[in-house]
Amino acid sequence: MRPMAQVCMVMNLDKCIGCHTCSVTCKQTWTNRPGTEYVYFNNVETKPGLGYPARYEDQERWKGGWTLDRKGRLRLRAGSRLRKLLTIFYNPDLPTIEDFHDPFTYDYARLITAPPGTKSPSVSARSALTGRELNPRWGANWEDDLAGAPQRARSDPNIATMSERVLMDFESVFLFYLPRICEHCLNPSCVASCPSGALYKRSEDGIVLVDQDRCRGWRFCVSGCPYKKVYFNHRTGKAEKCTLCFPRIEAGLPTICSETCVGRLRYLGIVLYDADAVTAAAATPDPRDLYEAQLSVFLDPEDTAVQSAAEQAGIPHDWVVAARRSPVYALIARHKVALPLHPEFRTMPMVWYIPPLSPVADATAAAGYDAADPDAVFATIDALRIPLQYLANLFTAGDVAPVRDALRRLAVVRSVMRATQLGLEHRNDAAEELQMSTADVEDLFRLLAIARYEDRYVIPPAHAEDAGRLLAQHALSGCTLESEGAPGMGGKGPSTGGGPVSGRDLAGRLHLRLVAEPTGRDQ
Amino acid sequence: MNGLRGINGFQLFWWVILPYLALATFVIGHVWRYRYDQFGWTSRSTQLQEQRLLKWGSPVFHYGTFAAIAGHVIGILIPERWTHDIGIPENAYRWFSASAGTLAAVLVIGGVAVLAARRLFVARVRATTSAVDWVALILLAIVIVLGIAETVGVGLLGGGYDYRQSVSLWFRGLFAGNPDATAIAHAPLIYQVHATAAWAVIAVWPFSRLVHAWSYPVWYLWRPFVVYRSRVASRPNEPGTSGRRWRRIGVRY
Ligand code: HEM
Ligand code: SF4
Ligand code: SF4
Repeated sequence: MRPMAQVCMVMNLDKCIGCHTCSVTCKQTWTNRPGTEYVYFNNVETKPGLGYPARYEDQERWKGGWTLDRKGRLRLRAGSRLRKLLTIFYNPDLPTIEDFHDPFTYDYARLITAPPGTKSPSVSARSALTGRELNPRWGANWEDDLAGAPQRARSDPNIATMSERVLMDFESVFLFYLPRICEHCLNPSCVASCPSGALYKRSEDGIVLVDQDRCRGWRFCVSGCPYKKVYFNHRTGKAEKCTLCFPRIEAGLPTICSETCVGRLRYLGIVLYDADAVTAAAATPDPRDLYEAQLSVFLDPEDTAVQSAAEQAGIPHDWVVAARRSPVYALIARHKVALPLHPEFRTMPMVWYIPPLSPVADATAAAGYDAADPDAVFATIDALRIPLQYLANLFTAGDVAPVRDALRRLAVVRSVMRATQLGLEHRNDAAEELQMSTADVEDLFRLLAIARYEDRYVIPPAHAEDAGRLLAQHALSGCTLESEGAPGMGGKGPSTGGGPVSGRDLAGRLHLRLVAEPTGRDQ
Repeated sequence: MNGLRGINGFQLFWWVILPYLALATFVIGHVWRYRYDQFGWTSRSTQLQEQRLLKWGSPVFHYGTFAAIAGHVIGILIPERWTHDIGIPENAYRWFSASAGTLAAVLVIGGVAVLAARRLFVARVRATTSAVDWVALILLAIVIVLGIAETVGVGLLGGGYDYRQSVSLWFRGLFAGNPDATAIAHAPLIYQVHATAAWAVIAVWPFSRLVHAWSYPVWYLWRPFVVYRSRVASRPNEPGTSGRRWRRIGVRY
C-alpha cells in the first residue's frame, strides 16, 4: 500500500441551473488572455448534446484516454510512443479550432463611428484569430438549453449507443446540465501522452499541471485527454489546462468555480488512495467494472492501518484528519451517491457527479405518480429506461444498477426528510433495502440540502515547511489566536474526526487547526 | 592559411568572417535563449488553426529536410577522398547523390510549397506568424529553392558541377580553421547565394521557432508514463513577468 492524497471534487447535478457563472468566473481568472479566447477550463454543457469540443466523448474518433491491448495491458488509445514520435509533425487526432469554436468578438467601434442616420448602427462578429468578419456556427455554449437539439443532439455519443428512440420535443425531452472541468485523473493520459514530460501530477495533492517552461508545443496532451480538457494556446504555442486553482487550494480555499457557484453544488475534499493499485484497477477488463474498481482504490480514512500508513508515507496529519472529514469521500464511498464521468476512458477521473434526480422525478410526476413517495418513484425510475440508460452511459460505462441505486438513495432522503419535517407517517422499506440508516439519511441531508460552506469545502492548506515553526513562535510570544475568546477559539473537533485537529504529526511538525468553529454535525 | 591567399577584403569578410560570426551567434544565441526564454521554446504548432494542408505539408517537409540534411553531411562533411578510397567510383557517387538528392528535393520543395501557401493564404495561420518567423521561413525558402536548383538543375539536368572540389573544401576548412575562400569565391553564383542564405538561417536559428528541432523528445521512449513532481516552495515572481527574466526575447504573444 502506498497511500497518496488527492484533492477531489463532487458536483451535485440536481442543483445545477445552467447559469454558467462558474465558466465566467473561471474565464475571468485564468483564460482572459490572447491565445485562450476559445478556452473554457470550466464549461457547462446541456445534456443530451454534443458537448465542447463537439462529440469529444467519441473516442473512436478522437483516440483519447487508455485502452487495453490484446494481452489486457493498458495502452494509450492513440498508439505507441514510437508512433507518437514518428507522427509528431502532424498529430492525427487533434481537434481543430472549429470543433471548439472560432472565437469572436464584436466590432463595437462601429457603434460610435457609424455616420449619423436613421438606422441604428449594428455590429457584426469579428474573428479573434484573424480580425475578419465571421458568421458563428458553433460554440462552447451553442446548445444551451437544448438549442438545436432536435436536429443535432441525436449525434450525442451517449445516445448513439442506445436502442431506444430519444424524444427531442421540448415537452418530453429529458434535460440536465453537466459542468465540466479537468478531472485531475489518478491515471492521467494527458501526462502519459506528453513526449516532453511537461505535464505532471503533483505528488502532494494530485493536481495535474503543465510546466510552461518545459512544454515544447507537441500538442499530444490535447488529443491524449479523453475529456479534451487540455487546450493549446495559439499565441504562446504551449498547452494550458485547469489548474484546480492550486494557489487557492494551497491556501485552503475552494476553487473559483466552486466558490462562485450560485447553486452551491460543488464539494471539495481529500481522498486517500493507494497509488500502487491504480494501474491494475485502470486495467480492469470489463468497462462496467471500472466504477467499482476505482472505488476499491480509495482508502478508508477511518481505518487506523490506513491512517498510520498515510502518516508514514509523509501525508501530514492534518491532511489525514481532513480526509476523515472529507465531504467528497462521504458522497463517493460512504453513501455511494456520486459517480465518475466516463470511467471507461480508464483515466480514473477525480471529479465525480451526483446524478440528477429532478428530471427523473419530473418525468415520474408527469406519469401520474407521487414524486415524494420513494416506492412509487422507484417503480417509475425503473420504468424510465431512457434517462437511466443515458445516465449510465455517462457515469458507469452503461451499467444501470449503480445509477439506479444512487437515484433511489436521493429519493429516500427526499421522502424521509419530508415526512419527518411535516410529521407524516412513512414506511422505511426503501431505506432498508438500500441499507441506509437514519444517520446516513441525515448525513446526506446535511451534505446535500443544508450544504453549509464548511461542510462543502474541507481543504487542508498546503504545507509551506516553515508554517509550523512560525506558529510555534507565535505561541511562545503569546500571540496566539487559540486562547479563550480569541478568534481561533474552536469548540471541540468535528465528531467524525475524533482525533486531534491541530497538534504535532509524526514528523514532529505542528499543524494549524482545520476548522475554527464546530461543524453542523455537532448539533 | 594558404586558402586565404589571393582574395580581396570583401571576400575575406563575406566567406570567412561572416560565417564565423554566424556560427558564434548560433552557439551563444542558443545558450542565451535556452537560459532566458524556456517559455518561448516551442514548435509553435498551428495545427489547431488548420489541419488539411498541414497533414501533408508538415510530414513531407520534415522527412524531406532530414534526408536533405543527411545528404549535406555526406556530400560536404565527408571528403571525396574517403568515398574514393573505399572504392565508390565517381560516377556511381554522382548518380546516387543526384537521384537521392532529387528525391529529397522533391519532398522538401513539395512540403515547403504547401507550408508556404498555408502561411500566406490561410488567414488564421498567417495571423500567428511573428516577424522573426517570417525571416527564418523566407531564408529557409531561399536555401531550399536554390539547393534544388543546384541538385536538379545543375546536377541532374545541367552539365554537373563538382561542389566537392570547391564548396565542400571551403566549408570543411571553416571547421578546420583553414577556410579555402578562393574555392567558394569562384563557385557559380547560385552556390554562393545558397551558402550565404544558409549562414543567415544558422544565425537566426536560435531566435526563431527553429529551436524546436533540438527538443526532439527521444527520452519519451523509456520514461515512465505518469510523471509525478513535488510541489517546491519558490520565491514569487516579479509582478507582471511570470518569472521570465527577459521579456523581450523571442516571440511576442
Ligand atoms: C528534429 C526534429 C523536429 C521535430 C520533432 C519537428 C517538429 C515540428 C512540429 C511539431 C512543427 C509544428 C507543426 C504544426 O504546425 O503543428 C514543426 C514546424 C516547423 N518545423 Fe520542425 N521539427 C523538427 C526539425 C525541423 C528542422 C530540422 C527544420 C528546418 C530546418 C524544421 C522546420 C520547421 C518549420 C519551418 C516549421 C513551420 C512549418 C509551418 O510553416 O507551419 N523542423 N516542426
Ligand atoms: S481530465 Fe485532466 S488529468 Fe484527466 S486526462 Fe484530461 S487533462 Fe489530464
Ligand atoms: S478549478 Fe479553477 S481553473 Fe479549474 S475550472 Fe475551476 S475555476 Fe477554472
